[in-house]
Amino acid sequence: MKLTRKDVEYVAALAHLELEPAELERMAQQLDAILEYIDQLNRLDTTNVEPMAQVLADTRPNPSVREDAVQPSLPREQALAAAPDADGTFFKVPKVIER
Amino acid sequence: MELSGLTVGKVRELVSARQVSARELAQQHLAHIEKRNAELNAFLTLCPERALAQADAVDRKAKAGEPLPPLAGVPVAIKDVIVTRGVPTTAGSRILEGYAPPYDATAVARLEQAGAVVLGKTNCDEFAMGSSNENSAYGPVRNPHDTARVPGGSSGGSAAAVADGLAVAALGSDTGGSIRQPAGFCGVAGLMGTYGRVSRYGLIAFASSLDHIGPFARTVRDAAAVMQVMAGRDPNDSTSADVPVPDYLATLDQPVKGLKLGVPKEYFGAGLDPEVRAKVEKGIARFRELGCEVREVSLPHTDYAIACYYIIATAEASSNLARYDGVRYGPRAASDTPEAMYDRTRGQRFGAEVKRRIMLGTYALSAGYYEAYYLKAQRVRTLLYRDFVEAFKQVDALVTPTSPTPAFKIGEKSDDPLAMYLADIYTVTGDLVGVPGISVPCGKSKAGLPIGLQLFSRHFDEARLLQLANAFEQAGGFNL
Repeated sequence: MKLTRKDVEYVAALAHLELEPAELERMAQQLDAILEYIDQLNRLDTTNVEPMAQVLADTRPNPSVREDAVQPSLPREQALAAAPDADGTFFKVPKVIER
Repeated sequence: MELSGLTVGKVRELVSARQVSARELAQQHLAHIEKRNAELNAFLTLCPERALAQADAVDRKAKAGEPLPPLAGVPVAIKDVIVTRGVPTTAGSRILEGYAPPYDATAVARLEQAGAVVLGKTNCDEFAMGSSNENSAYGPVRNPHDTARVPGGSSGGSAAAVADGLAVAALGSDTGGSIRQPAGFCGVAGLMGTYGRVSRYGLIAFASSLDHIGPFARTVRDAAAVMQVMAGRDPNDSTSADVPVPDYLATLDQPVKGLKLGVPKEYFGAGLDPEVRAKVEKGIARFRELGCEVREVSLPHTDYAIACYYIIATAEASSNLARYDGVRYGPRAASDTPEAMYDRTRGQRFGAEVKRRIMLGTYALSAGYYEAYYLKAQRVRTLLYRDFVEAFKQVDALVTPTSPTPAFKIGEKSDDPLAMYLADIYTVTGDLVGVPGISVPCGKSKAGLPIGLQLFSRHFDEARLLQLANAFEQAGGFNL
């Protein structure tokens, strides 16, 4: 076993996923099998091989150097329309700060 | 009218000659969907008002004798991971239940500008994660060729819709094979352009370095026509390529004699169903008869593609799906604190496969594992990329099976995530290295199930891919 139940609980907390006890158990087994399969990558020697985060980056303008100009954007009421709770100006969430 | 035989060209001809109105065509398709959808479950939402308004606009142009745009009156279906203004878009997930987006994806806007009539949204695996459509929160799609079987995934609804006459063309998305694999399983053409060829503005993100939008159609010419109107730079997608788009239809019918085709030996190894192998080999023979030079090539890192993919795709997914937290869209689980609201909303509303992938991706990116998994996978991605660069020094295109087997039974692999992942073994590498790929039918198995043949070409050489696929179709390749 590469993954203990405790590891799975830790990762679920990082991922903000509330999992049922039975789900945690099953998740540990399934992730373990998948990670075992993925371990075959270690058979490859990748010394001096650069990691590739994306392909064909030279075919598009570099977004980090585009002009920083204001563009039309979504009207506020449309941006808020799909929210489960909003007050017309902001998204509303349960109370963050204790009084 | 026999809807399942209609093509883009035929629709345009009928509508411009006013032999049938775009409105009538839209109505006939909507009626056919109403009749068939209970069995197939291909559509999640219909938008008849939008469809008929667009059809009427096309009919007014036809009546006035104005020139009609390239997709005038063509009834199309849109995968439910592509947003449509005011039309519910769920990505097959309960976490976006009832979500009506405030804007249209660029691909959809371009189709409508070209006269296409959007009928509705098609079912898919939740957030496009799956190879069978069984991961949809709204039930599986059934394969029109055998309703006990899966249509493939994740764009199963779009593939089934085109195969069954519910739409003349459809849009899907491809991150690891999600256009080509269901196209193969349902016996239609499915095209993925080069990474960046089609804007993803409005595509609900799964894995941003791998996601593509592309068409399903009944003919290669139709796939080319739909790709033509979608392709090209979009300032709203910073990853869309600033590379000129050639006229695909202009070169479609050019002879393929003398073109060099590579057969990668690693795609014909253990695990390939004998019937699929036989049909694909017959397909390769057909290319030889057309005058192509066929030679064996090697893509030596192929065996590592699935492992590489499931780290990169899940890592990116875990980040992209962080936005579903019950704050800005979708339903929210009742809770006293924001933390509990995030955890509960996500825990209750994501399906099992999505949770599995978020967990795997989060793990791969977490402290202590980032180098061992995520960076390792990215280095292997470089090796896969080099395989293709080397192969394309020798040949103009690669020919392979689309999938190792024809459509499998519903339930057959749903308890074994790893077995399901291996259904994408021949398609994932195309996404990882960014080359364009197409799946076209190459006959059926003895049981009557479609078999797909896949072609890859060089980056941005969709024209060559379409030319080869069209020559294959014209030479009877679809019915081998």
